[in-house]
Amino acid sequence: MTSLVVLDFDATGIKQPARSAIAAAAKLGEVHVLIAGNAVGDAPAAAAKIAGVSKVLVADDASLTHELAETTAALLVSLAPAYSHILQAATAAGKNTIPRAAALLDVQVISDISDVIDADTFVRPIYAGNALATVKSSDSKKLITVRASSFDPAAAEGGSAAIETVAVPAAGTSSKYLSSELSKSERPELTAAKIIVSGGRGMQNGENFTKLIDPIADKLGAAVGASRAAVDAGYVPNDYQVGQTGKIVAPQLYIAIGISGAIQHLAGMKDSKVIVAINKDEDAPIFQVADYGLVADLFTALPELEKAL
Amino acid sequence: MKLLVAVKRVVDYNVKVRVKSDKTGVETAGVKQSMNPFDEIAVEEAIRLKEKGIATEIVAVSVGVTQAQETIRTALAMGADRGILVETDVAVEPLAVAKLLKAIAEKEGAELIILGKQAIDDDFNATGQALAALLGWPQGTFASKVEIADGKATVTREVDGGLETVELKLPAVITADLRLNEPRYASLPNIMKARKKQIDIVKPADLGVDVTPRLTIVSVAEPPGRKAGIKVPDVATLVDKLRNEAKVI
Repeated sequence: MTSLVVLDFDATGIKQPARSAIAAAAKLGEVHVLIAGNAVGDAPAAAAKIAGVSKVLVADDASLTHELAETTAALLVSLAPAYSHILQAATAAGKNTIPRAAALLDVQVISDISDVIDADTFVRPIYAGNALATVKSSDSKKLITVRASSFDPAAAEGGSAAIETVAVPAAGTSSKYLSSELSKSERPELTAAKIIVSGGRGMQNGENFTKLIDPIADKLGAAVGASRAAVDAGYVPNDYQVGQTGKIVAPQLYIAIGISGAIQHLAGMKDSKVIVAINKDEDAPIFQVADYGLVADLFTALPELEKAL
Repeated sequence: MKLLVAVKRVVDYNVKVRVKSDKTGVETAGVKQSMNPFDEIAVEEAIRLKEKGIATEIVAVSVGVTQAQETIRTALAMGADRGILVETDVAVEPLAVAKLLKAIAEKEGAELIILGKQAIDDDFNATGQALAALLGWPQGTFASKVEIADGKATVTREVDGGLETVELKLPAVITADLRLNEPRYASLPNIMKARKKQIDIVKPADLGVDVTPRLTIVSVAEPPGRKAGIKVPDVATLVDKLRNEAKVI
């Protein structure tokens, strides 16, 4: 039984969520990985070093630029016969591609698994993580997205996998990439950060994120996140959003500032090791999950916190 | 252009669900049910396309129990033209829902299908992608902006690093993300009018689709609880606790 893990990568290397997907796949048996893209550079070599990987498949073709679901799913279908399980981290790309590939194979995808019980049985959160469903699949092949925060990533070094080039099927597609507007940041990515400082509606505007949260994040080497309310209000871009339908994170330390703690936000961060809440409303639901709560006006508490760090 | 929009009846987003004591699922009896919030956004987008003169007819489709007619009725009150309920007591999984929607899309000759990106009950985030695959259509998932012109949909998508824009040749499938629009409330006159709009009821077998689930629920459990910790009096205490007790900074 061999699994194929589709890796998320960019010019900076293999993404941490991809190594978590490898860790999940390792519970099932032998692990091959797929690097699919255009001019993939050093990514195959980096993938070959990841602990637990026995083979790296490389699909390097202009049609795979920008990881369009249509072309990547067609590639996965062509590779599927050799594999019992095909997995990818539940990143934007994984959530876009894997369900499409699954349907092409007449398989019911198993989304966002948080544990592997056996080859057919998996745990996945439902209802914004308020319940954990253990499901057993009767499909002969399993297509899976993996909740990266639930699996410790496989070590980036230690492996020495073989690298093999695979053919890319000629798939005509009526979908075309036009452009991206990506947030630029020197800070760690939310899904890989050990510390996250998140702001909510209580921040009142985007300038206060820059003025009050950024300096704390910089001192802690933390990523900056946000609640849906702060994103909807336009304080920060969409990729900051932590929650049921945003990013799911589980850092060592999550500092929630001016966030009331709606179910949907808690769904994205309640597996953090230590949670700190700073809110002036002592009845805010966020305090019910916080290890350390500080009832205070954030406009006085944040400058103090920055000084104390 | 005929437009299909898919709507699901789910436990209301404000309800904190309880796991049943026999661990077979979550308690839904006596719990408020509403249209999946992402589907409301899909319906709103469809209506806006009709208001712009791009869509000519909007058909709201739901798959589920008899009461899912209420969900369709909500879509009709918002502005959809008519409804189709695929009636079944089976908890239909995304792949089978996609097969049912495919059959309806082909029958109706739809050129654009808009769905919520994810249902907030099972959190699969899969039906739109599966539907696009089965139809062989392009997909614009997690849309925060949609423009239709010259037989093409330009879709801005929310992705991990920010935003990405793709161009899809119609027919296509689009799944709605949170910031695509703000759904309207149905006015009382429109709610009254919606009562007269037509809802056709079909069975999965009428569409030739086997909806037998592929996943068996072994059990449904409460997640490990998180206990509230302590309140600290000031910033200095907080920093001290983080350094010396939790040792995370």
